[in-house]
Amino acid sequence: MDNGNTRTLQTGTKAKKRGWLTSFFISLYKIHKFIIQFFKEAFVPPFEFKEIVRQCYEVGVRSFTLISLTGFIVGLIFTKQSRPSLGQFGATSWLPSLVSIAIMRALAPLVTALIAAGKVGSSIGAELGSMRVTEQIDAMEVSGTNPFKFLVCTRVLATTLAIPILATYTGLVAMLGGYINVATNEGTSFSTFVQQFFDPLTFTDFTSSLIKSIVFGFTIGIVGCYQGYFSNKGTEGVGKAANGAVVTAMFLIFIEEIVIVQITSWFR
Amino acid sequence: MNKPQAPIDYNNPVITIKGLKKSFDDYHVLRGVDLELFQGENLVVLGRSGTGKSVLIKIVSGLLTADHGSVNVLGCDINKVTPKELQELRIRIGFSFQNSALYDSMTVRKNLEFPLVRNRKGIGKKEIDAKVDEVLEAVGLRQTINQMPSELSGGQRKRIGIARTLILNPEIMLYDEPTAGLDPITCIDINELINEVQEQYKTSSIIITHDLTCAKQTGDRIAMLLDGQFQRQGTFEEVFDTDDKRVKPFFDYNFIK
Repeated sequence: MDNGNTRTLQTGTKAKKRGWLTSFFISLYKIHKFIIQFFKEAFVPPFEFKEIVRQCYEVGVRSFTLISLTGFIVGLIFTKQSRPSLGQFGATSWLPSLVSIAIMRALAPLVTALIAAGKVGSSIGAELGSMRVTEQIDAMEVSGTNPFKFLVCTRVLATTLAIPILATYTGLVAMLGGYINVATNEGTSFSTFVQQFFDPLTFTDFTSSLIKSIVFGFTIGIVGCYQGYFSNKGTEGVGKAANGAVVTAMFLIFIEEIVIVQITSWFR
Repeated sequence: MNKPQAPIDYNNPVITIKGLKKSFDDYHVLRGVDLELFQGENLVVLGRSGTGKSVLIKIVSGLLTADHGSVNVLGCDINKVTPKELQELRIRIGFSFQNSALYDSMTVRKNLEFPLVRNRKGIGKKEIDAKVDEVLEAVGLRQTINQMPSELSGGQRKRIGIARTLILNPEIMLYDEPTAGLDPITCIDINELINEVQEQYKTSSIIITHDLTCAKQTGDRIAMLLDGQFQRQGTFEEVFDTDDKRVKPFFDYNFIK
Protein backbone atom coordinates (compact mmCIF):
# COMPACT_ATOMS: atom_id res chain seq x y z
CA MET A 1 0.00 0.00 0.00
CA ASP A 2 3.00 2.24 0.25
CA ASN A 3 2.87 4.34 -2.85
CA GLY A 4 4.19 7.67 -4.05
CA ASN A 5 0.91 9.40 -3.52
CA THR A 6 0.60 8.41 0.11
CA ARG A 7 4.14 9.42 0.79
CA THR A 8 3.65 12.89 -0.69
CA LEU A 9 0.55 13.59 1.27
CA GLN A 10 2.29 12.57 4.44
CA THR A 11 5.59 14.35 4.01
CA GLY A 12 4.34 17.50 2.33
CA THR A 13 3.88 19.44 5.53
CA LYS A 14 7.11 18.25 7.09
CA ALA A 15 9.24 19.78 4.33
CA LYS A 16 8.05 23.28 5.28
CA LYS A 17 9.77 23.34 8.62
CA ARG A 18 13.15 22.05 7.46
CA GLY A 19 16.11 24.05 6.27
CA TRP A 20 16.87 24.34 2.57
CA LEU A 21 19.76 21.87 2.72
CA THR A 22 17.64 19.19 4.38
CA SER A 23 14.83 19.89 1.93
CA PHE A 24 17.30 19.59 -0.94
CA PHE A 25 18.46 16.16 0.21
CA ILE A 26 14.88 15.05 0.83
CA SER A 27 14.04 16.14 -2.73
CA LEU A 28 17.03 14.19 -4.05
CA TYR A 29 15.86 11.14 -2.16
CA LYS A 30 12.32 11.52 -3.49
CA ILE A 31 13.53 11.98 -7.09
CA HIS A 32 15.73 8.92 -6.67
CA LYS A 33 12.73 6.90 -5.46
CA PHE A 34 10.60 8.31 -8.27
CA ILE A 35 13.10 7.17 -10.92
CA ILE A 36 13.42 3.73 -9.33
CA GLN A 37 9.63 3.41 -9.27
CA PHE A 38 9.57 4.30 -12.97
CA PHE A 39 11.99 1.50 -13.85
CA LYS A 40 10.08 -0.91 -11.61
CA GLU A 41 6.74 -0.20 -13.25
CA ALA A 42 7.46 0.85 -16.84
CA PHE A 43 8.69 -2.50 -18.06
CA VAL A 44 6.28 -4.90 -16.39
CA PRO A 45 2.83 -5.74 -17.81
CA PRO A 46 0.18 -4.53 -18.29
CA PHE A 47 1.65 -2.07 -20.81
CA GLU A 48 -0.18 1.10 -21.71
CA PHE A 49 0.64 1.01 -25.44
CA LYS A 50 -2.33 3.12 -26.51
CA GLU A 51 -1.53 5.84 -24.02
CA ILE A 52 2.19 5.80 -24.92
CA VAL A 53 1.34 6.27 -28.62
CA ARG A 54 -1.10 9.07 -27.72
CA GLN A 55 1.54 10.78 -25.61
CA CYS A 56 4.19 10.39 -28.36
CA TYR A 57 1.76 12.09 -30.72
CA GLU A 58 1.15 14.85 -28.17
CA VAL A 59 4.89 15.41 -27.68
CA GLY A 60 5.44 15.54 -31.45
CA VAL A 61 2.50 17.80 -32.20
CA ARG A 62 3.24 20.19 -29.34
CA SER A 63 6.82 20.78 -30.50
CA PHE A 64 6.67 20.20 -34.26
CA THR A 65 6.08 23.76 -35.53
CA LEU A 66 8.52 25.41 -33.15
CA ILE A 67 11.18 22.78 -33.75
CA SER A 68 10.81 23.06 -37.52
CA LEU A 69 11.18 26.83 -37.39
CA THR A 70 14.03 26.82 -34.89
CA GLY A 71 15.91 24.04 -36.65
CA PHE A 72 15.70 25.82 -39.98
CA ILE A 73 16.81 29.16 -38.54
CA VAL A 74 19.67 27.57 -36.57
CA GLY A 75 20.99 25.95 -39.76
CA LEU A 76 20.59 29.10 -41.79
CA ILE A 77 22.07 31.52 -39.25
CA PHE A 78 24.90 29.22 -38.20
CA THR A 79 25.99 28.85 -41.83
CA LYS A 80 25.62 32.57 -42.45
CA GLN A 81 27.65 33.54 -39.36
CA SER A 82 30.40 30.99 -40.04
CA ARG A 83 30.89 32.08 -43.65
CA PRO A 84 33.04 35.23 -43.01
CA SER A 85 35.42 33.36 -40.70
CA LEU A 86 35.93 30.48 -43.14
CA GLY A 87 36.08 32.99 -46.02
CA GLN A 88 39.19 34.60 -44.46
CA PHE A 89 41.03 31.33 -45.05
CA GLY A 90 39.34 30.70 -48.41
CA ALA A 91 37.66 27.65 -46.90
CA THR A 92 33.98 28.31 -47.55
CA SER A 93 33.77 24.90 -49.25
CA TRP A 94 34.15 23.43 -45.76
CA LEU A 95 30.91 25.04 -44.62
CA PRO A 96 28.74 21.90 -45.08
CA SER A 97 31.20 19.88 -42.99
CA LEU A 98 31.40 22.52 -40.29
CA VAL A 99 27.64 22.87 -40.16
CA SER A 100 27.07 19.11 -40.07
CA ILE A 101 29.49 18.56 -37.19
CA ALA A 102 28.06 21.44 -35.17
CA ILE A 103 24.48 20.46 -35.80
CA MET A 104 24.65 16.70 -35.51
CA ARG A 105 27.06 16.56 -32.60
CA ALA A 106 25.60 19.34 -30.47
CA LEU A 107 22.96 21.70 -31.76
CA ALA A 108 20.20 19.36 -32.94
CA PRO A 109 19.82 17.37 -29.70
CA LEU A 110 20.38 20.41 -27.51
CA VAL A 111 18.02 22.78 -29.33
CA THR A 112 15.34 20.09 -29.57
CA ALA A 113 15.67 19.26 -25.88
CA LEU A 114 15.50 22.90 -24.79
CA ILE A 115 12.42 23.56 -26.88
CA ALA A 116 10.76 20.36 -25.69
CA ALA A 117 11.62 21.23 -22.09
CA GLY A 118 9.74 24.49 -22.55
CA LYS A 119 6.79 23.16 -24.51
CA VAL A 120 6.39 19.56 -23.39
CA GLY A 121 7.97 19.66 -19.91
CA SER A 122 5.88 22.60 -18.76
CA SER A 123 2.77 21.05 -20.25
CA ILE A 124 3.35 17.74 -18.43
CA GLY A 125 4.10 19.54 -15.17
CA ALA A 126 0.97 21.69 -15.42
CA GLU A 127 -1.27 18.83 -16.53
CA LEU A 128 -0.24 16.44 -13.77
CA GLY A 129 -0.12 19.28 -11.24
CA SER A 130 -3.67 20.22 -12.10
CA MET A 131 -4.74 16.58 -11.90
CA ARG A 132 -3.13 16.33 -8.46
CA VAL A 133 -4.76 19.42 -6.96
CA THR A 134 -8.19 18.55 -8.37
CA GLU A 135 -7.87 15.02 -6.94
CA GLN A 136 -8.03 13.40 -10.39
CA ILE A 137 -4.93 11.33 -9.57
CA ASP A 138 -6.55 10.16 -6.34
CA ALA A 139 -9.73 9.37 -8.28
CA MET A 140 -7.71 7.24 -10.68
CA GLU A 141 -6.06 5.45 -7.79
CA VAL A 142 -9.27 4.64 -5.94
CA SER A 143 -10.91 3.38 -9.11
CA GLY A 144 -8.34 0.59 -9.33
CA THR A 145 -5.97 2.19 -11.86
CA ASN A 146 -2.30 2.66 -11.10
CA PRO A 147 -1.87 6.40 -11.81
CA PHE A 148 1.92 6.18 -11.77
CA LYS A 149 1.89 3.64 -14.57
CA PHE A 150 -0.85 5.35 -16.55
CA LEU A 151 0.30 8.95 -16.18
CA VAL A 152 4.02 8.92 -15.39
CA CYS A 153 5.42 5.85 -17.17
CA THR A 154 3.58 6.64 -20.41
CA ARG A 155 4.73 10.26 -20.50
CA VAL A 156 8.35 9.48 -19.65
CA LEU A 157 8.49 6.71 -22.26
CA ALA A 158 6.86 9.01 -24.80
CA THR A 159 9.39 11.81 -24.32
CA THR A 160 12.26 9.30 -24.28
CA LEU A 161 11.09 7.89 -27.62
CA ALA A 162 9.93 11.09 -29.28
CA ILE A 163 12.82 13.45 -28.50
CA PRO A 164 15.43 11.41 -30.49
CA ILE A 165 13.05 11.38 -33.47
CA LEU A 166 12.48 15.12 -33.14
CA ALA A 167 16.23 15.73 -32.76
CA THR A 168 16.90 13.81 -35.97
CA TYR A 169 14.21 15.86 -37.66
CA THR A 170 15.77 19.09 -36.30
CA GLY A 171 19.11 18.03 -37.74
CA LEU A 172 17.60 17.49 -41.17
CA VAL A 173 15.70 20.79 -41.14
CA ALA A 174 18.84 22.61 -39.98
CA MET A 175 20.71 20.96 -42.84
CA LEU A 176 18.09 22.40 -45.19
CA GLY A 177 18.60 25.86 -43.69
CA GLY A 178 22.36 25.53 -44.15
CA TYR A 179 21.87 24.33 -47.73
CA ILE A 180 19.78 27.38 -48.66
CA ASN A 181 22.59 29.69 -47.52
CA VAL A 182 25.30 27.64 -49.26
CA ALA A 183 23.27 27.25 -52.45
CA THR A 184 22.52 30.98 -52.58
CA ASN A 185 26.17 31.95 -52.19
CA GLU A 186 28.08 29.13 -53.88
CA GLY A 187 25.42 27.56 -56.08
CA THR A 188 26.24 24.13 -54.67
CA SER A 189 23.84 21.39 -55.74
CA PHE A 190 21.76 19.64 -53.12
CA SER A 191 23.35 16.23 -53.69
CA THR A 192 26.86 17.66 -53.32
CA PHE A 193 25.84 19.51 -50.18
CA VAL A 194 24.31 16.38 -48.68
CA GLN A 195 27.42 14.38 -49.49
CA GLN A 196 29.67 17.02 -47.90
CA PHE A 197 27.29 17.27 -44.95
CA PHE A 198 27.42 13.58 -44.07
CA ASP A 199 31.05 12.88 -45.05
CA PRO A 200 32.72 14.09 -41.83
CA LEU A 201 30.22 12.39 -39.55
CA THR A 202 31.27 9.17 -37.84
CA PHE A 203 29.37 6.40 -36.13
CA THR A 204 30.34 7.93 -32.76
CA ASP A 205 28.70 11.21 -33.78
CA PHE A 206 25.40 9.52 -34.55
CA THR A 207 25.55 7.33 -31.46
CA SER A 208 26.43 10.13 -29.08
CA SER A 209 23.73 12.32 -30.59
CA LEU A 210 21.17 9.54 -30.20
CA ILE A 211 22.23 8.76 -26.63
CA LYS A 212 22.10 12.44 -25.75
CA SER A 213 18.57 12.78 -27.15
CA ILE A 214 17.40 9.72 -25.25
CA VAL A 215 18.89 11.07 -22.00
CA PHE A 216 17.40 14.52 -22.62
CA GLY A 217 14.01 13.03 -23.43
CA PHE A 218 14.03 10.94 -20.28
CA THR A 219 15.06 13.99 -18.25
CA ILE A 220 12.26 16.16 -19.66
CA GLY A 221 9.68 13.46 -18.99
CA ILE A 222 10.80 12.48 -15.52
CA VAL A 223 11.28 16.07 -14.30
CA GLY A 224 7.92 17.21 -15.70
CA CYS A 225 6.13 14.23 -14.20
CA TYR A 226 7.88 14.55 -10.84
CA GLN A 227 7.05 18.24 -10.54
CA GLY A 228 3.42 17.68 -11.52
CA TYR A 229 2.83 14.44 -9.62
CA PHE A 230 4.04 15.92 -6.34
CA SER A 231 2.59 19.39 -6.73
CA ASN A 232 0.42 20.86 -3.99
CA LYS A 233 -0.83 24.22 -2.72
CA GLY A 234 -3.68 24.50 -5.23
CA THR A 235 -3.40 26.58 -8.38
CA GLU A 236 -0.18 28.17 -7.14
CA GLY A 237 1.29 24.68 -7.06
CA VAL A 238 0.30 24.05 -10.68
CA GLY A 239 2.19 27.15 -11.80
CA LYS A 240 5.18 26.16 -9.70
CA ALA A 241 5.10 22.64 -11.15
CA ALA A 242 5.11 23.96 -14.72
CA ASN A 243 7.87 26.44 -13.98
CA GLY A 244 9.90 23.91 -12.00
CA ALA A 245 9.60 21.39 -14.82
CA VAL A 246 11.15 23.82 -17.33
CA VAL A 247 13.87 25.30 -15.14
CA THR A 248 15.03 22.00 -13.64
CA ALA A 249 14.94 20.15 -16.97
CA MET A 250 16.95 22.87 -18.75
CA PHE A 251 19.50 22.98 -15.95
CA LEU A 252 19.90 19.19 -16.03
CA ILE A 253 20.09 19.14 -19.85
CA PHE A 254 23.08 21.51 -19.83
CA ILE A 255 24.84 19.41 -17.19
CA GLU A 256 24.13 16.20 -19.12
CA GLU A 257 25.39 17.84 -22.32
CA ILE A 258 28.73 18.62 -20.68
CA VAL A 259 29.04 15.12 -19.19
CA ILE A 260 28.13 13.29 -22.40
CA VAL A 261 30.42 15.48 -24.54
CA GLN A 262 33.26 14.73 -22.14
CA ILE A 263 32.57 11.00 -22.21
CA THR A 264 32.25 10.80 -26.01
CA SER A 265 35.46 12.79 -26.46
CA TRP A 266 37.30 9.83 -24.88
CA PHE A 267 36.04 7.60 -27.72
CA ARG A 268 37.08 9.87 -30.58
CA MET B 1 -37.68 15.48 5.10
CA ASN B 2 -36.33 12.50 7.03
CA LYS B 3 -34.54 9.58 5.48
CA PRO B 4 -36.63 6.56 4.44
CA GLN B 5 -35.90 3.42 6.46
CA ALA B 6 -33.31 1.15 4.80
CA PRO B 7 -32.81 -2.59 5.45
CA ILE B 8 -29.60 -2.73 7.49
CA ASP B 9 -27.85 -5.93 8.54
CA TYR B 10 -26.46 -5.05 11.97
CA ASN B 11 -24.72 -8.43 12.20
CA ASN B 12 -22.59 -7.74 9.18
CA PRO B 13 -20.12 -4.85 9.51
CA VAL B 14 -18.45 -3.98 6.19
CA ILE B 15 -16.01 -1.53 7.76
CA THR B 16 -14.55 -1.93 11.25
CA ILE B 17 -12.14 0.69 12.55
CA LYS B 18 -10.40 0.31 15.91
CA GLY B 19 -8.12 2.79 17.67
CA LEU B 20 -7.30 4.69 14.50
CA LYS B 21 -4.75 7.45 14.94
CA LYS B 22 -3.36 9.81 12.37
CA SER B 23 -1.09 12.82 12.75
CA PHE B 24 0.47 15.35 10.39
CA ASP B 25 3.65 16.45 12.15
CA ASP B 26 2.51 17.67 15.57
CA TYR B 27 -1.12 17.98 14.53
CA HIS B 28 -3.00 14.94 15.80
CA VAL B 29 -6.04 14.72 13.54
CA LEU B 30 -7.48 11.37 14.56
CA ARG B 31 -6.87 10.31 18.16
CA GLY B 32 -8.27 6.84 18.48
CA VAL B 33 -11.29 6.50 16.24
CA ASP B 34 -13.55 3.46 16.64
CA LEU B 35 -16.25 2.88 14.05
CA GLU B 36 -18.40 0.22 12.46
CA LEU B 37 -20.33 0.57 9.21
CA PHE B 38 -23.00 -2.08 8.72
CA GLN B 39 -24.22 -3.71 5.53
CA GLY B 40 -26.80 -1.45 3.84
CA GLU B 41 -26.27 1.47 6.22
CA ASN B 42 -25.72 5.15 5.43
CA LEU B 43 -23.43 6.55 8.11
CA VAL B 44 -22.99 10.32 8.19
CA VAL B 45 -19.77 11.63 9.71
CA LEU B 46 -20.30 15.17 10.93
CA GLY B 47 -17.70 17.54 12.17
CA ARG B 48 -16.19 20.97 11.72
CA SER B 49 -13.67 21.67 8.98
CA GLY B 50 -10.23 20.27 9.75
CA THR B 51 -11.43 17.63 12.19
CA GLY B 52 -10.18 14.78 10.00
CA LYS B 53 -13.40 13.61 8.33
CA SER B 54 -11.84 13.41 4.87
CA VAL B 55 -8.66 11.93 6.32
CA LEU B 56 -10.80 9.13 7.76
CA ILE B 57 -12.25 8.07 4.40
CA LYS B 58 -8.91 8.52 2.67
CA ILE B 59 -7.48 6.00 5.13
CA VAL B 60 -10.42 3.65 4.46
CA SER B 61 -9.74 3.84 0.72
CA GLY B 62 -5.98 3.41 1.17
CA LEU B 63 -5.04 6.89 -0.07
CA LEU B 64 -3.46 7.60 3.30
CA THR B 65 -1.89 5.23 5.79
CA ALA B 66 -2.86 5.10 9.43
CA ASP B 67 -0.26 5.80 12.12
CA HIS B 68 -1.90 3.41 14.52
CA GLY B 69 -4.97 1.18 14.75
CA SER B 70 -6.72 -1.29 12.51
CA VAL B 71 -8.98 -0.62 9.54
CA ASN B 72 -10.86 -3.62 8.25
CA VAL B 73 -12.72 -3.11 5.00
CA LEU B 74 -14.80 -5.93 3.50
CA GLY B 75 -12.76 -8.46 5.46
CA CYS B 76 -9.35 -7.04 4.50
CA ASP B 77 -7.02 -5.27 6.90
CA ILE B 78 -6.16 -2.18 4.86
CA ASN B 79 -2.79 -1.82 6.62
CA LYS B 80 -1.68 -5.30 5.65
CA VAL B 81 -2.91 -5.78 2.08
CA THR B 82 -0.50 -6.04 -0.85
CA PRO B 83 -0.73 -3.40 -3.62
CA LYS B 84 -2.55 -5.92 -5.83
CA GLU B 85 -5.04 -6.79 -3.08
CA LEU B 86 -5.57 -3.09 -2.41
CA GLN B 87 -6.29 -2.48 -6.09
CA GLU B 88 -8.86 -5.30 -6.08
CA LEU B 89 -10.39 -3.97 -2.87
CA ARG B 90 -10.67 -0.45 -4.28
CA ILE B 91 -12.84 -1.72 -7.13
CA ARG B 92 -15.38 -2.69 -4.47
CA ILE B 93 -15.27 0.82 -2.94
CA GLY B 94 -16.69 3.89 -4.67
CA PHE B 95 -15.21 7.26 -3.75
CA SER B 96 -17.11 10.43 -4.61
CA PHE B 97 -14.72 13.37 -4.29
CA GLN B 98 -15.61 16.80 -2.96
CA ASN B 99 -14.79 18.46 -6.28
CA SER B 100 -16.01 15.49 -8.32
CA ALA B 101 -12.48 14.89 -9.71
CA LEU B 102 -13.72 14.22 -13.23
CA TYR B 103 -10.94 13.77 -15.79
CA ASP B 104 -10.83 17.15 -17.53
CA SER B 105 -9.44 15.83 -20.79
CA MET B 106 -12.18 13.22 -21.27
CA THR B 107 -15.85 13.48 -22.19
CA VAL B 108 -18.48 12.24 -19.75
CA ARG B 109 -18.64 8.96 -21.70
CA LYS B 110 -14.87 8.47 -21.50
CA ASN B 111 -14.91 9.37 -17.79
CA LEU B 112 -17.47 6.64 -17.17
CA GLU B 113 -15.80 4.09 -19.42
CA PHE B 114 -12.36 4.61 -17.92
CA PRO B 115 -12.71 2.54 -14.71
CA LEU B 116 -14.78 -0.07 -16.50
CA VAL B 117 -12.35 -0.68 -19.37
CA ARG B 118 -9.39 -0.83 -17.01
CA ASN B 119 -10.92 -3.13 -14.43
CA ARG B 120 -13.07 -5.48 -16.51
CA LYS B 121 -10.66 -7.02 -18.96
CA GLY B 122 -12.23 -8.30 -22.16
CA ILE B 123 -15.47 -6.39 -21.71
CA GLY B 124 -17.27 -5.77 -25.01
CA LYS B 125 -18.34 -2.45 -26.53
CA LYS B 126 -22.05 -3.29 -26.18
CA GLU B 127 -21.65 -4.14 -22.52
CA ILE B 128 -19.73 -0.90 -21.88
CA ASP B 129 -22.40 1.17 -23.64
CA ALA B 130 -25.16 -0.56 -21.68
CA LYS B 131 -23.40 0.05 -18.38
CA VAL B 132 -22.71 3.70 -19.22
CA ASP B 133 -26.38 4.17 -20.14
CA GLU B 134 -27.46 2.48 -16.92
CA VAL B 135 -25.44 4.69 -14.59
CA LEU B 136 -26.29 7.86 -16.50
CA GLU B 137 -29.95 6.89 -16.21
CA ALA B 138 -29.46 6.32 -12.48
CA VAL B 139 -28.12 9.85 -12.00
CA GLY B 140 -30.57 11.32 -14.53
CA LEU B 141 -28.01 12.82 -16.90
CA ARG B 142 -28.18 10.85 -20.15
CA GLN B 143 -28.10 14.04 -22.22
CA THR B 144 -24.60 14.95 -21.00
CA ILE B 145 -22.92 11.85 -22.41
CA ASN B 146 -20.81 13.66 -25.01
CA GLN B 147 -20.12 16.79 -22.98
CA MET B 148 -16.81 17.74 -21.42
CA PRO B 149 -16.67 18.17 -17.60
CA SER B 150 -16.03 21.90 -18.05
CA GLU B 151 -19.45 22.21 -19.71
CA LEU B 152 -21.29 20.78 -16.70
CA SER B 153 -22.74 22.60 -13.69
CA GLY B 154 -21.51 21.83 -10.16
CA GLY B 155 -24.49 19.58 -9.45
CA GLN B 156 -24.08 17.73 -12.74
CA ARG B 157 -20.41 17.18 -12.06
CA LYS B 158 -21.27 15.68 -8.66
CA ARG B 159 -23.79 13.36 -10.28
CA ILE B 160 -21.37 12.25 -12.99
CA GLY B 161 -18.72 11.71 -10.30
CA ILE B 162 -21.15 9.45 -8.46
CA ALA B 163 -22.08 7.70 -11.74
CA ARG B 164 -18.40 6.99 -12.39
CA THR B 165 -18.09 5.23 -9.06
CA LEU B 166 -21.34 3.30 -9.58
CA ILE B 167 -20.18 1.84 -12.87
CA LEU B 168 -18.08 -0.75 -11.01
CA ASN B 169 -21.02 -1.74 -8.76
CA PRO B 170 -19.28 -0.86 -5.49
CA GLU B 171 -20.34 -2.42 -2.22
CA ILE B 172 -19.24 0.62 -0.22
CA MET B 173 -19.66 4.27 -1.18
CA LEU B 174 -17.56 7.02 0.38
CA TYR B 175 -18.94 10.52 -0.19
CA ASP B 176 -16.64 13.43 0.60
CA GLU B 177 -18.76 16.55 1.16
CA PRO B 178 -21.36 15.63 -1.49
CA THR B 179 -23.30 18.88 -1.15
CA ALA B 180 -20.42 21.32 -0.69
CA GLY B 181 -20.72 24.40 -2.87
CA LEU B 182 -24.18 23.58 -4.22
CA ASP B 183 -27.42 25.55 -3.99
CA PRO B 184 -30.08 24.22 -1.54
CA ILE B 185 -32.28 22.69 -4.26
CA THR B 186 -29.38 20.86 -5.89
CA CYS B 187 -28.30 19.74 -2.41
CA ILE B 188 -31.68 18.07 -1.92
CA ASP B 189 -31.37 16.42 -5.36
CA ILE B 190 -27.96 15.04 -4.39
CA ASN B 191 -29.29 13.83 -1.04
CA GLU B 192 -32.10 12.01 -2.83
CA LEU B 193 -29.59 10.53 -5.25
CA ILE B 194 -27.51 9.21 -2.33
CA ASN B 195 -30.63 7.49 -0.96
CA GLU B 196 -31.50 6.10 -4.40
CA VAL B 197 -27.99 4.72 -4.78
CA GLN B 198 -28.30 3.03 -1.39
CA GLU B 199 -31.61 1.47 -2.38
CA GLN B 200 -30.84 0.55 -5.99
CA TYR B 201 -27.23 -0.60 -5.63
CA LYS B 202 -27.53 -1.95 -2.06
CA THR B 203 -24.49 0.03 -0.97
CA SER B 204 -23.23 0.83 2.50
CA SER B 205 -22.00 4.41 2.68
CA ILE B 206 -19.96 6.82 4.72
CA ILE B 207 -21.06 10.38 4.01
CA ILE B 208 -18.69 13.11 5.13
CA THR B 209 -20.42 16.44 5.57
CA HIS B 210 -21.03 19.43 7.78
CA ASP B 211 -24.39 20.07 6.14
CA LEU B 212 -27.08 19.08 8.64
CA THR B 213 -29.78 18.86 5.97
CA CYS B 214 -27.68 16.32 4.13
CA ALA B 215 -27.07 14.48 7.41
CA LYS B 216 -30.76 14.38 8.27
CA GLN B 217 -31.90 13.32 4.79
CA THR B 218 -29.28 10.68 4.06
CA GLY B 219 -28.06 9.28 7.37
CA ASP B 220 -29.35 6.13 9.02
CA ARG B 221 -26.86 6.93 11.75
CA ILE B 222 -24.88 10.07 12.56
CA ALA B 223 -21.42 10.09 14.10
CA MET B 224 -20.02 13.34 15.39
CA LEU B 225 -16.24 13.72 15.09
CA LEU B 226 -14.87 16.00 17.79
CA ASP B 227 -11.28 16.36 19.00
CA GLY B 228 -10.17 13.45 16.86
CA GLN B 229 -12.71 10.98 18.23
CA PHE B 230 -16.35 10.08 17.72
CA GLN B 231 -18.03 11.73 20.69
CA ARG B 232 -21.65 11.05 19.84
CA GLN B 233 -23.32 8.43 17.65
CA GLY B 234 -26.95 7.62 16.95
CA THR B 235 -29.89 8.90 14.98
CA PHE B 236 -30.03 12.57 14.08
CA GLU B 237 -32.31 13.33 17.01
CA GLU B 238 -30.21 11.31 19.46
CA VAL B 239 -27.01 13.08 18.48
CA PHE B 240 -28.41 16.58 18.79
CA ASP B 241 -30.59 16.05 21.84
CA THR B 242 -27.81 17.16 24.11
CA ASP B 243 -26.46 20.08 26.10
CA ASP B 244 -22.88 19.23 25.18
CA LYS B 245 -21.23 22.58 24.47
CA ARG B 246 -19.12 21.08 21.70
CA VAL B 247 -22.14 19.65 19.86
CA LYS B 248 -24.90 22.16 20.56
CA PRO B 249 -23.42 25.13 18.61
CA PHE B 250 -23.06 22.93 15.55
CA PHE B 251 -26.79 22.41 15.59
CA ASP B 252 -27.79 25.88 16.82
CA TYR B 253 -25.97 27.69 14.04
CA ASN B 254 -27.72 25.65 11.38
CA PHE B 255 -30.94 26.73 9.73
CA ILE B 256 -32.81 23.48 10.13
CA LYS B 257 -33.23 23.64 13.90
